[in-house]
Amino acid sequence: MLKSLKRQNHKLSSPEGQIEVLDDAESINIPSFEDKMADIGFSQFKPTGIEIFQVNVGKMCNQVCAHCHVDAGPDRKEIMTKETMQQCLDAIEGTDIKIVDLTGGAPEMNPHFRWFVEELRAIGKDVIVRCNLTIILANPKYNDLPEFFKKHKVNVVSSLPYFTAKRTDAQRGDGVFDKSIKALQMLNAVGYGKEGTDLKLDLVYNPAGAFLPGDQETLTAQFKRKLLEYDIEFNDLFAITNLPVSRFLEYLVKTEKYEDYMHELVNAFNPAAAAGVMCRNTLSVSWDGYLYDCDFNQMLELKVNAPSHISEFDLKALSNREIILNQHCYGCTAGAGSSCGGATT
Amino acid sequence: MKETYYNKEDLKKFGEITEWQKELGDKFFDYYNSVFKEGALTAREKSLIALAVSHAVQCPYCIDAYTTDLLKKGVDEEQMMEAVHVTAAIKGGAALVHGVQMMNQVNDKLM
Ligand code: SF4
Ligand code: SF4
Repeated sequence: MLKSLKRQNHKLSSPEGQIEVLDDAESINIPSFEDKMADIGFSQFKPTGIEIFQVNVGKMCNQVCAHCHVDAGPDRKEIMTKETMQQCLDAIEGTDIKIVDLTGGAPEMNPHFRWFVEELRAIGKDVIVRCNLTIILANPKYNDLPEFFKKHKVNVVSSLPYFTAKRTDAQRGDGVFDKSIKALQMLNAVGYGKEGTDLKLDLVYNPAGAFLPGDQETLTAQFKRKLLEYDIEFNDLFAITNLPVSRFLEYLVKTEKYEDYMHELVNAFNPAAAAGVMCRNTLSVSWDGYLYDCDFNQMLELKVNAPSHISEFDLKALSNREIILNQHCYGCTAGAGSSCGGATT
Repeated sequence: MKETYYNKEDLKKFGEITEWQKELGDKFFDYYNSVFKEGALTAREKSLIALAVSHAVQCPYCIDAYTTDLLKKGVDEEQMMEAVHVTAAIKGGAALVHGVQMMNQVNDKLM
């Protein structure tokens, strides 16, 4: 089994190590992201309103994907406690924040995951779970996840980088494609992704290499056609750009593709995508309860410009905060834009 | 840097050809962009044709550019290789069909 960068004591496992590479815009001759945003009138970048509360319940995962921006894996033990989950519930209960997006790692591996989902539903929140699919088959105790998701009307969002085994396994590990297909069939079997049900099954496509995703609609049509060969149906496909953070950054640096990739992102800078980046309506919480503008800033430990722990949650201050931008943000503004919900334009 | 006739970096400079002849350069790029737009053929189909033609004209810039473009468009390895086989079949066929000319000549020359 592959090891996380952290376990390898890799320089790029630390936020400082990553920021050192990202901050050096000069040597690769690209403009600073902040300047680029100022050029289009965003010298101060603020949220439009907080609608999505994304909770990263831990870095533990049954997979060790080559591109993972969380540096997740079985060797990561950082997971959210029940107390921190309770603080999240207390913070958002009664607020206008309607959607809670659970991610990880494999969020289902957190021992309090099911309790948390039940409590979130009880206070009227819509719940998204970012499910890596293989977890459903990883251990018999997870086999009933499709039923659990169905019972709580969870919106399942699953990663499938490609519709062939070769490209999927190269990114996510040997055998992942076959297991993912099986898991998707299990989700379909309880009604997910099927017409006439309100059980939403979305897929996440991200390029299996150093290139940008193409048109989301075209990719959706191809995935629909190809997956039908396995009798699989799904609702939407989100095309997501790989951001130069953590293991994907390490891959770019190791293969000497970093400079070209950053140039590609900068050349594809799209002002319309910039206006719609997800940090404008999302707040991200880490396993230890700290608040961030997004999951990427979380991995770089760039905490929000406001009281930054869930125990001191201040919605007003958070809604008026200035978002922290850095060079990795070019990944969100390239082409059609990229967010946890896919293209933004 | 080692000097070679083809340099990867030069592809990025393609647009600079307009600097020495703006009118024709602009017309070319304008036309080029229109050609690759979604039309009676999809943008994806046009890119696959472009990949096949790139191999026929053996242009390393076009091969790089259209391989990347097809990756973005979600085309798989098998589909790309089939496009290159179309090139090979046509180029091979074009060579072989001239075998008839050779046969004609032989038949003409021999008793
Ligand atoms: S990308 Fe997702 S499934 Fe893969 S290692 Fe990271 S958290 Fe786990
Ligand atoms: S990386 Fe995060 S902070 Fe930067 S633009 Fe994207 S969502 Fe916003």
